[in-house]
Amino acid sequence: MGVLSFSKWIAEAPAWVLSLPEGLQNLVFQLYQTFIYKDRWQFFTSGLKITFIVTIGALLMGVVIGLVLAIIRTMKESYTATKPPVILRILNFFTEIYLTVIRGTPMMVQLLIMGFVIMVPKTEEGRIICGILTLGINSGAYVAEIVRSGLMSVDKGQAEAGRSLGFSYAQTMWYIVIPQAIKNILPALGNEMITLLKDTSLVSVIALRDVTKQTQNIISKTYSAMVPYISLAIIYLVIVIAMTKLLRAFEKRLRKSDH
Amino acid sequence: MTIENNTVIKVENLQKSFGKNHVLKGISTEIKKGEVVVIIGASGSGKSTFLRCLNCLEDPTGGNIYFDGVDIADTSVDINIHRQKMGMVFQQFNLFPHMTIMRNMTIAPMKLLKMSKEEAEAKALELLDRVGLKDRANDYPSMLSGGQKQRIAIVRALAMNPQVMLFDEPTSALDPEMVGEVLDVMKKLANEGMTMVIVTHEMGFAKEVASRVVFIDDGVIAEENAPAEFFSNPQNPRLKEFLSKVLA
Repeated sequence: MGVLSFSKWIAEAPAWVLSLPEGLQNLVFQLYQTFIYKDRWQFFTSGLKITFIVTIGALLMGVVIGLVLAIIRTMKESYTATKPPVILRILNFFTEIYLTVIRGTPMMVQLLIMGFVIMVPKTEEGRIICGILTLGINSGAYVAEIVRSGLMSVDKGQAEAGRSLGFSYAQTMWYIVIPQAIKNILPALGNEMITLLKDTSLVSVIALRDVTKQTQNIISKTYSAMVPYISLAIIYLVIVIAMTKLLRAFEKRLRKSDH
Repeated sequence: MTIENNTVIKVENLQKSFGKNHVLKGISTEIKKGEVVVIIGASGSGKSTFLRCLNCLEDPTGGNIYFDGVDIADTSVDINIHRQKMGMVFQQFNLFPHMTIMRNMTIAPMKLLKMSKEEAEAKALELLDRVGLKDRANDYPSMLSGGQKQRIAIVRALAMNPQVMLFDEPTSALDPEMVGEVLDVMKKLANEGMTMVIVTHEMGFAKEVASRVVFIDDGVIAEENAPAEFFSNPQNPRLKEFLSKVLA
C-alpha cells in the first residue's frame, strides 16, 4: 500500500537514469522514494522543526535551572568559616539530590518515566512540552556544573576586592565575578547546546515527531532503512558542524575583547 | 563601651580559627587616627589573617572590633557599609581586568556612594594624577606593570574616601625595581595623615614611616613599639631571632 516498486519507477524514469549502471540506478531510486516521492522531504523539515523547538526550549530551561542551582551551590560554598543559614542548607540539600538523580540516570529512562508515568501526554503539543521539560531538567544539571565551574574559575581575589570596597555579595557577583565568568561559561554552554541537539533524537521514544522519528516513519513506508538513516546522520552532522563553526567564530570574538 | 575620639579601630581579644587551626589567639590593640601601624612576623604567624579580620574579609571567631562606633565583629552588623570606609590593598593587586582603570576607580563611588559619573571621574583623575598615571585612565589593567597596577589599586581604594587603609603585603608580588614606586605612594599617603595598617616585609619602610611596629608571633602580639626602639632594642627572643634573619 503506497509502496513504490522499482520496476514501476524505472519504466517511467528519465533517460539519464537508464544509462547508469544498475547499482546506481537503485541508489537513485532509494533517494527518490525517500525524498521526492509524495513530497517525503516534508517529513524531514517538519521533524527538524520539532528538533529545533525542543533543543532551544530545553536549552533555555536548562540555563534557568542551571543558573539557580549554581548560585545556590556557590553561595553555600562562600560560607567557609561559619555555618550557612538553614534555608540555604536545605536548598543545597535538594540541589545535590537533583544533581545526583539526574546525572545518575540515563536520559532515555528519564524520558520514558516522564512520557509514560508522570505526564503521559495525549497530544502533539503535550509531547513537545514533555520533551522540552525532560531535556530541560536534564540539561539544567549539566549547565549548573558549567556555571559553577565558570564562577569558580574567577580568581578569589576579585570577589575579595569587590567586598573590600563595600559591595554586597550580590553586587560583587553582578558587577565583578559574573562578567568575568561569562567568558568561560559561554563556550561550554555552546557545547551543551550541541549535545542537547543530538540528545533530542531520543524523544522519538515518547512518539514525538522529531527528525529521527520522522525518518523512521519514512522507513515504515519504503521498507528500506539505509538511505533514510544515512541521510539522517548527515543532517545531524551538517547542523553540528555549522553550530561548531558559529561557536568558534563567537569564541574568537570573545577572546578579542579579552583584556 | 566608650572609645576615645582619636581611636579609629579598637580590637579586643580577637580570635580566629580555621577549623581546628587556632590562628589568632587573642589580639588586643588600638589604632589611632593618623597612625601608621606596621605589622611584621614570620609567615604563618597570623599577621595577614589579623589584617583581613579588621574588615571582616575573614570572620573573627571571637572578640570585638570597634570601628565607626559599632562592633563590626558582630555578625548582625551590616559589614558592607563599614567596609566602604576601610580601604584595602592586596598583594595581588586584584584590579578588575574587564574594566578600564577609570571604571575600576569609579564603579564603587558611583554604585555605593551614589556619586555622579562626572564627580567620580573628576575625583579619579585627580587621584591618578597624584600617582602619575593620569594618562592611563582608559587603559585596561593588563596593559600596566605590577608597580603601576598596585598604585592604581591604592588610589582605587582612596576613591571611596576611607578613614583607614589596610595594606596586605602590598609589595611582595612586585619585581624589585617596582617596590620603590609603590612605597613612595604609601609614604606620601602617610605624610598626608592617612591612618594605615600595613603588613609588610619591608623593614626599611617600617623604620622610616611607621609610628608603631607590631610583631605578631603564634597568633598574639609578642612585642610592639616605636620603630627606633623596636629595631634597636628588641626584647622578645623570637623577635630578636626574626630581626637577625630579616635584617642580615
